[in-house]
Amino acid sequence: MDLFEYQGKQYFAKFGIPVSAGGAADTVDEAVKVAESAKYPVVVKAQVQVGGRGKAGGIKLANNADEVRLHAGNILGMDIKGHVVKRLWVEHASDIDEEYYASFTLDRAAKKHLLMLSAQGGVDIEEVAEKDPTAIVKLHINPVEGLSEATAKKAATDAKIPAKALDGVAKILVSLYKCFTEGDCDLAEINPLILKPTGEVHALDAKVSLDNNAAYRHPEWDEYRATEELDEREQLARESDLQYIGLSGTVGIIANGAGLAMSTLDVVNQVGGSAANFLDIGGGANADQMAAALGVINFDKNVKSIFINIFGGITRGEEVAKGIVEALSRVDLRAPIVIRLDGTNAEEGREILAKAGIPESKLQSKPTMLEAARAAVAIANGK
Amino acid sequence: MAIFVNENTKVIVQGLTGGQGKFHGLRNRAYGTKVVGGVTPGKGGQDVEGIPVFDSVGDAVKATGADASFIAVPPKAASAAILEAAAAGVKFIVCITEGIPAQDEAKTFNTLVRDYPGVRLLGPNCPGIISPGKCNIGITAGEIAELPSAKGPNVGIVSRSGTLTYQALYELKQQGIGVSTCVGIGGDPVPGTSFVDCLAEFQRDPETHAIIMIGEIGGSAEEEAAEFIKANVTKPMSAYIAGVTAPAGKKMGHAGAIVSGGKGTAQGKMDALRAAGVKVGLNPTEAGSLMAEIVKGLK
Repeated sequence: MDLFEYQGKQYFAKFGIPVSAGGAADTVDEAVKVAESAKYPVVVKAQVQVGGRGKAGGIKLANNADEVRLHAGNILGMDIKGHVVKRLWVEHASDIDEEYYASFTLDRAAKKHLLMLSAQGGVDIEEVAEKDPTAIVKLHINPVEGLSEATAKKAATDAKIPAKALDGVAKILVSLYKCFTEGDCDLAEINPLILKPTGEVHALDAKVSLDNNAAYRHPEWDEYRATEELDEREQLARESDLQYIGLSGTVGIIANGAGLAMSTLDVVNQVGGSAANFLDIGGGANADQMAAALGVINFDKNVKSIFINIFGGITRGEEVAKGIVEALSRVDLRAPIVIRLDGTNAEEGREILAKAGIPESKLQSKPTMLEAARAAVAIANGK
Repeated sequence: MAIFVNENTKVIVQGLTGGQGKFHGLRNRAYGTKVVGGVTPGKGGQDVEGIPVFDSVGDAVKATGADASFIAVPPKAASAAILEAAAAGVKFIVCITEGIPAQDEAKTFNTLVRDYPGVRLLGPNCPGIISPGKCNIGITAGEIAELPSAKGPNVGIVSRSGTLTYQALYELKQQGIGVSTCVGIGGDPVPGTSFVDCLAEFQRDPETHAIIMIGEIGGSAEEEAAEFIKANVTKPMSAYIAGVTAPAGKKMGHAGAIVSGGKGTAQGKMDALRAAGVKVGLNPTEAGSLMAEIVKGLK
């Protein structure tokens, strides 16, 4: 789950990372109120999860209440690359001497944490990475050992952070690492990390992505969940605990396992169709989940056929079949189903479907993935 | 021969008294796997359809001589279960648990590396391993795996995706091709066993004559495998990468872009594998057909 900047900054603050005084605002009046308490000049920032906000006019400096009104009014409701601005972050404008870059991620290849640090932070960090990779210090951290302040300071020295900022940067790195590990982040990034003329170092932006698998030990994440930008179909899927991504095609897809779901999309595409969605009902899917999945697919008006592709491991064929029968008795599906069922208890499943007496206009069973894809695409394409 | 497991492998099931552990543990035993015990704290002395349950892995190993463990416990308990098995002397650990936080996985893996260097972890979030006719640990439906033929040629399977592992087994069965061992390494951020680990074992295994590899988008495991294949694997291979048409995932800020450096797309992975001499199919069925051609050439 990706956090908005204001949420990221609030998350940072919990781990002792210094951020600018400020607050979130949903209206022009609220923006003025926050600005008054943050002290002018302030920066008014659009809260959208997309890069290039500044260039799109979504970040403005304001010296007084009138300017806050002007900019807040313009930015609220602004469309930035398809993201409509509903919320602002207003914070005290910082004087900036230098801009750095710092982030922690997991390096899957090395199976260790990765610190990336550069003295050349700011908007063009990706360009820096491309043109002068040596300007970014990469340091692997063994998760068992963690990151000490001494190691952080050495990394900062290697990154050519000037002496006057070394202690401040090292301290923030240790706090950011704590945020990354104890805060269960997939990504914790500060760009820019700034040095003020006063000598203080602090986070001017926050990019935080949280690991959904760790949600059970973070009840405080509920408030972030409430602000996630999902379309209606995705919202419905979320409520049923389904891994769903909405797409624009006409073949509704239900598969078990992310790999098989992706493969199903590929095969549908190869035989001339297009998928309406990606939906992984997960391991151990039961009748309720299958019924819920069909409900989500049925909500999508573009769907002309539904391709259920199940290869049972943990997922058991008879549970899948029961779910389909149950769903058909509960909701009137707008599109016919083509199913391919294999693996654990597949025969029992096929038997349940056969005995349910569902007409072929509503449900067809095919022996292979490719044949099922062809049948589903033929229906979707009106053949 | 087979890799990692064989007909003598003795398995305990951590979480045998739970829903998944019981269902799949019993299925593994029914397949012929030597399932010698189960572990559930507080339930020592009981049994599950004749399989004795112990309070700890240590007790179970002492009583049964088990050398492998099948972990089917919830995400909260999985890391501790893995480390308990390693501490008790279990050398091969299969963890099917889905949904373990990435921070826990990273810590657990690196603890194994530091404190128990001889232990191999398969998974988490993987379907397990099957050497057809010999041993099945995990959630694979054993009947979809074709038995290896004494004369060969037989194929080794390694896959990152659970359900596509079954799909690969199924494709080979359709073609009547024997399987030496099928390993599902799982798609989590920190898998205990990698493509490269499995490819190295298959290359060494005299009973494996060709290899199928099933990958998917994201990360760089397939690219690393391609490098390894180029330098070390002489056995013929076919492969499939899922996700050619998958929607682009959310980019993980600048860090993601910098780390991946253009790696991670299905196309990039397929190109890397082709450059290493692997025949790449556009869907699992095609990868199966390509393997059938390879096998015909080996006979």
